[in-house]
Amino acid sequence: MPAYKRPSSLMPMTTGYCPGCLHALATRLVADVIDELDQKNNAINVVSVGCSALNLYSWAGDVIGSAHGRAPAVATGVKRSMPDRLVFTYQGDGDLAAIGLAEIMSAANRGENFTVIFANNQTYGMTGGQMAPTTLIGQKSTTTRFGRDAATTGYPMQMCELISVLKAPVFVARYALNSPKGVMDAKKGIKKAFELQLAGKGFTFIELLTNCPTNWGMSPLNTLEYMNTNTIPYFKPGIYKDEEAEG
Amino acid sequence: MITINPLMCKGCGYCIKFCPKHILEMGQERSEKGHFYPVQTNSDACNGCAICALMCPEAAIEVAGKNA
Amino acid sequence: MEKRFMKGCEAIAEAAVRGGCRFFAGYPITPQNEIPEYLSWRLPEVGGSFVQGESEVASINMVYGAAATGTRSMTSSSGPGISLKAEGISYLASAQLPAVIVNISRGGPGLGSIQPAQSDYLQATKALGHGGFRTMVFAPATLQEAVDLTYNAWDYAERDRNPVLILMDGCLGAIMEEVELPPMKELDYTVTEDWDLSKRNGREDSHMITPILPEMALEMLNKFKGMTYNMWGMMDVKVEEYLLEDAEYVVVAYGIAARVAKEAINTLREEGYKVGMIRPITLYPFPKASLDNLDYGKVKGIIDIEMTIPAQMRDDIELQVKGRCPVHEYGRSGGMLLDDEGVYNAISEIVKGGE
Repeated sequence: MPAYKRPSSLMPMTTGYCPGCLHALATRLVADVIDELDQKNNAINVVSVGCSALNLYSWAGDVIGSAHGRAPAVATGVKRSMPDRLVFTYQGDGDLAAIGLAEIMSAANRGENFTVIFANNQTYGMTGGQMAPTTLIGQKSTTTRFGRDAATTGYPMQMCELISVLKAPVFVARYALNSPKGVMDAKKGIKKAFELQLAGKGFTFIELLTNCPTNWGMSPLNTLEYMNTNTIPYFKPGIYKDEEAEG
Repeated sequence: MITINPLMCKGCGYCIKFCPKHILEMGQERSEKGHFYPVQTNSDACNGCAICALMCPEAAIEVAGKNA
Repeated sequence: MEKRFMKGCEAIAEAAVRGGCRFFAGYPITPQNEIPEYLSWRLPEVGGSFVQGESEVASINMVYGAAATGTRSMTSSSGPGISLKAEGISYLASAQLPAVIVNISRGGPGLGSIQPAQSDYLQATKALGHGGFRTMVFAPATLQEAVDLTYNAWDYAERDRNPVLILMDGCLGAIMEEVELPPMKELDYTVTEDWDLSKRNGREDSHMITPILPEMALEMLNKFKGMTYNMWGMMDVKVEEYLLEDAEYVVVAYGIAARVAKEAINTLREEGYKVGMIRPITLYPFPKASLDNLDYGKVKGIIDIEMTIPAQMRDDIELQVKGRCPVHEYGRSGGMLLDDEGVYNAISEIVKGGE
């Protein structure tokens, strides 16, 4: 029968995230896995800018804040200098898929031996809900008041799909955190990514579909439904690349 | 079997929605932080599946093992 | 000591390795490419890491990451690339991380030219990034000086937990001179283990490296940094004062400009003119006292010679001269080099015109 204890990798206080924010769940999930793997003292959390930066204040292990989009570059410097440490970046979608696109693609392409945890909530949460590179077509934001229009803003970036075509990454997967099944799968995926890293296998990428009740303008429970009908059909959960499984 | 920490809870209601036994509901009292937080209506029916804890963004719910 | 005939960029790279540098990330840009090229094979030899970054921006952030582990880290670039690195340098200052940045400067502004120039004085000394921070700026005039300053740069960076800039123009980067190479420094990780992420000391607590702070803490950090800058002014000024004793005219020049100016000064001395020179080796902290303490009863003029137009150091000079004598300037720019004749003529016109 499963028991659950609050992970020691989290500070003993609430996060800075809004009620129902799945960023908080994503952070907690990473902490759960790190506790399970007994890596609290070995892990280094490379935090980026945006709501992901709130991680700085809730993470109880070693943590380093980096500039907007640059976490994969910072993690490169950290991991190359400390190859035995469990290094992961924790980034949002504006950070990773817009301003930090060069850093993420290049780190993935070099096969850097760290893990990227990518929380995709389709908005710039911290700055007040502007259009993100991942905002869905038709989805409203403060810079797309009538909904995102592909004619002028293109289409939402699908990062797992992009990264999985590169040769170096060893594990690329997307999970949706709006259901117990999705969360359980995500936890397995994060664990697998960390284990691959600890075995020195190379670059691992975990995308977690999250929400933003505040900027989507919905109750937390309604965001979960919105994700089922809108987000998940476009950002399809699944394992996009698994070098180990492919042998 | 479960313990909900009102100081950690932000009242999102995910635990209530996903409890397979439907034994959680939003309480009528506010926590010190001003949030309503869930209470267990029938603790005897809890099977300790820990889905409430799994879905809690704030790790506000702890679940004791069978022997605890 | 080992003597070697080396090119400027390679001498800096070797001095860095001997000074303890074990991480380098950089992006190709002329005229500094020999630094990453050299370190790409040299660092692995000593157990260090070299990464060719996908951009200037990525490179400085890789340095930020490596520096956070207490690893002596470096990047190099030239003007346009340093502009791109500005964000990262500011983050280093904010997160209190030591690192060494080398600018082998070229003609500016913009893409400018790839030929040597001293066009980045203001950027280097006033605003190497946003937010109002300072770094020490070393400006060598010979390759030996470049070697010595680079070799010791991390000692300052780690003492102050702040980046250090080495500013050298493309001439010095490209010329070859004989240099004496100091021995390999013993790596001492105890200097950074109180705050770094390494856990080399087996600690079980956690460390946070952060470029963002709550308001009160940030103000405290800025006050502390202000005190650090004042301390540099009192303790760390490096300057060469050349034939100042009886000087009636004083040239102020640094780096390659100072070398050319020295030739002209020697010629003018032979002709009987009393010309001396102040050569800042640290551009920041600026050698204020050298200028302030001149005997202005004797000194008739200051001549600021720089390989940039308009002169950029002039404001710093005038702040110390305080109107006590005229300040002149002469320079070349855009990658057009200072030459002996031009500098001699410029100084001599002022000196002889004053008769």
